[in-house]
Amino acid sequence: MAEAKSGGDFISNLGKIYTYYTGGFFAFVVFLGILEQLGVPNKFIGYGFVFLTIAVYALIGVLSRTSEVGEYYVAGRKVPAFYNGMATGADWMSGASFVGMAGTLFLLGYDGLAFVLGWTGGYVLVAVLIAPFLRKFGAFTVPDFFAERYGGNTTRLIAVIVLISCSFTYVVAQIYATGLIASRFLDLDFTVAVYAGLLGILLCSMLGGMKAVTWTQVAQYIVLIVAYLLPIVILSAKKFGIPLPQLTYGQALQEIANLENSLAAKGMAPVIKDAAGAVSFAKPHIKPFTDYDPLNYFALILCLMVGTASLPHILMRYFTTPSVRDARSSVAWSLFFIFLLYFSAPAYAAFSKLEVYSLINKGTALADLPQWIYTYGKIGLVKVCGANAVDAQSVIAACGKIANQGGLLRLQDLSINTDVIVLSTPEIAGMPYVIAGLVAAGGLAAALSTADGLLLAIANALSHDVYYKMINPNAPTKTRLIASRVLLLFVAVFAAYVASTKPADILSMVAWAFSLAAAGIFPALVLGVWWKRANTPGAIIGMLAGFGACVYYLVGTRYYAVSFYETWSWLSGSAPAAKAKFVELQTAWSSAAAGAAKDAAWVALDKQAQAVANWFGVKNISAALFGMPIGFLGVIVGSLLTRAPSQEIQDMVDATRRPSGDLIMRDKDAVLPSH
Amino acid sequence: MSRDAARHWQRTSGLMWTMLGLWLFFSFVIHFFVNSLNSIVIAGFPLGFYMAAQGSLAAFVVMLFVFAKKQDTIDREEGVAEED
Repeated sequence: MAEAKSGGDFISNLGKIYTYYTGGFFAFVVFLGILEQLGVPNKFIGYGFVFLTIAVYALIGVLSRTSEVGEYYVAGRKVPAFYNGMATGADWMSGASFVGMAGTLFLLGYDGLAFVLGWTGGYVLVAVLIAPFLRKFGAFTVPDFFAERYGGNTTRLIAVIVLISCSFTYVVAQIYATGLIASRFLDLDFTVAVYAGLLGILLCSMLGGMKAVTWTQVAQYIVLIVAYLLPIVILSAKKFGIPLPQLTYGQALQEIANLENSLAAKGMAPVIKDAAGAVSFAKPHIKPFTDYDPLNYFALILCLMVGTASLPHILMRYFTTPSVRDARSSVAWSLFFIFLLYFSAPAYAAFSKLEVYSLINKGTALADLPQWIYTYGKIGLVKVCGANAVDAQSVIAACGKIANQGGLLRLQDLSINTDVIVLSTPEIAGMPYVIAGLVAAGGLAAALSTADGLLLAIANALSHDVYYKMINPNAPTKTRLIASRVLLLFVAVFAAYVASTKPADILSMVAWAFSLAAAGIFPALVLGVWWKRANTPGAIIGMLAGFGACVYYLVGTRYYAVSFYETWSWLSGSAPAAKAKFVELQTAWSSAAAGAAKDAAWVALDKQAQAVANWFGVKNISAALFGMPIGFLGVIVGSLLTRAPSQEIQDMVDATRRPSGDLIMRDKDAVLPSH
Repeated sequence: MSRDAARHWQRTSGLMWTMLGLWLFFSFVIHFFVNSLNSIVIAGFPLGFYMAAQGSLAAFVVMLFVFAKKQDTIDREEGVAEED
């Protein structure tokens, strides 16, 4: 069969190519497993995994290099729905999801499921409200849609600002995760590991833009899902005889409940006493609303879902499908591939919890703790009796300082970082090191693929929206692509530099991205398609008000908690006792003598203020609960108070709603299949 | 807007509201009853916990495949589908 286009050959052989790739990857894992049995040191197995997988991604990136604008920005719009689904899965699941999700569920139990629900259900909104219409629109970036629908560059600029503010902290966290995983498994220096990760990211994205990122993300999805599932499939088969952990962990949940009662009765776990003096386990795994009250639980689900439906690096993936129809089924495939990981995470959590509770329940002397506690204690991820569990002596010394500790490990003595659960499962279950290396490769794949998508979203907004559309609309193709690459390089190096400084604040701000996107982008985006009457002033007011309210709540409750609380104390939903304590600390601060005492009093006051600074008790992570309604209200009121959009714009909205016909926007330089 | 286009949009909107209704149910409503659902235990899973950990997620996946198919049927019947 003769192929007219060079790309066609590759696309029609995708199934074969990725089947060989997957087979090759399994063979590689088995090969390293054999090497391990032959006595090759673990360190080399780890290097093998990390360097070979990164080399393969880079190779795909280099092979997918392009000099066409349409391929650089939207992969030529010929990515089949199924593969775009996989690429979105990798784009979506971050290093933190891969490494930390199961640990979060371990710690929070039922309440942690808000994340699992929130990070999947958002795709319903993407499919129904947004993706097919953006595909028909034919935009290159999300801000492109705003500029065309609402006319003029004001909305474009606001959209770029929202995009960068929600994507930048996120990409720093991904590069940070790359450094963390590489430094843990390879004993590389953290900063060196960060720049090694940067190199991998750049090789994947710089030469081929969206086209290269797409095909590497598919490859990365395969690695990450195999790495995530294999350890618990083995574990489930070992423990319950069936290799379906998602089904068998029901039994683990029952055993956990029994162990919880047993531990509480023995006084080896934190307990609560009811009015009658009966003692029960403080935080049963399946009990709802122990960490979040119902309001915060549901608010978090809503904000994560709407945030998912507004994050530009996800939405732009649906620009790449061959048709509107494919955009819809591609969202379904995306969710399916994401589902595979998220419905397995609770199984990870349950198996690990069962392991830890059994260990405590059988009465383990502090001198006989299993090796994995020290492995992760040495890098500060497991603490026993409040100190890093470096070795048996240090554990015994730390616990000796606690009255009535008793010499056995108790649940209240143990504190496990959320990252440990996934990383340690192979070791806890006694699997060979090759499986642990595989998990590290999976974590790296998750972090790298998300970083690629985010960097491209930021760099494209700067190069396409700011440079080409706002600064130099007459730039020739070649200049546009050079600008894209230079900006990508600049953003990537800057993000890596920020990550290398280990910025605690930036990492804790990642969760803000969802609320910022939900409040700043979602209302004007959805109404732009679904409400013809929405016009430019409405969009500007809605975006600024929604985003502004969200930033005000996030920054106010976190960094200016004292003055935020002083202004809004009447709206605070915190308990009266907590409010009384604030007043007490406030008095203490104002009467403290200037100098060190005053500073200390301020620190205490600020800490208490962060606990009480809120509206109706809503946690700062769910700021979009206020920002989003304000955004919607802004668009609606602003539009109704001003003139309806022109007939031309209204016709354009009609055309957006109809799958057939030409794209709304045509780029003069784009060589794309006509549909 | 022609009459056909109006009907296409009406049916599309109808499907959208149905999907949003289901989304609302599986994202929020069902989890309001987590405590009562937890008294039903299937294969070790308390039902309320199960719905948040797997049930709703699976429902979302199924919903999206059904949605893609239904919307495509609407597009074809109203004559606004893209060429295959």
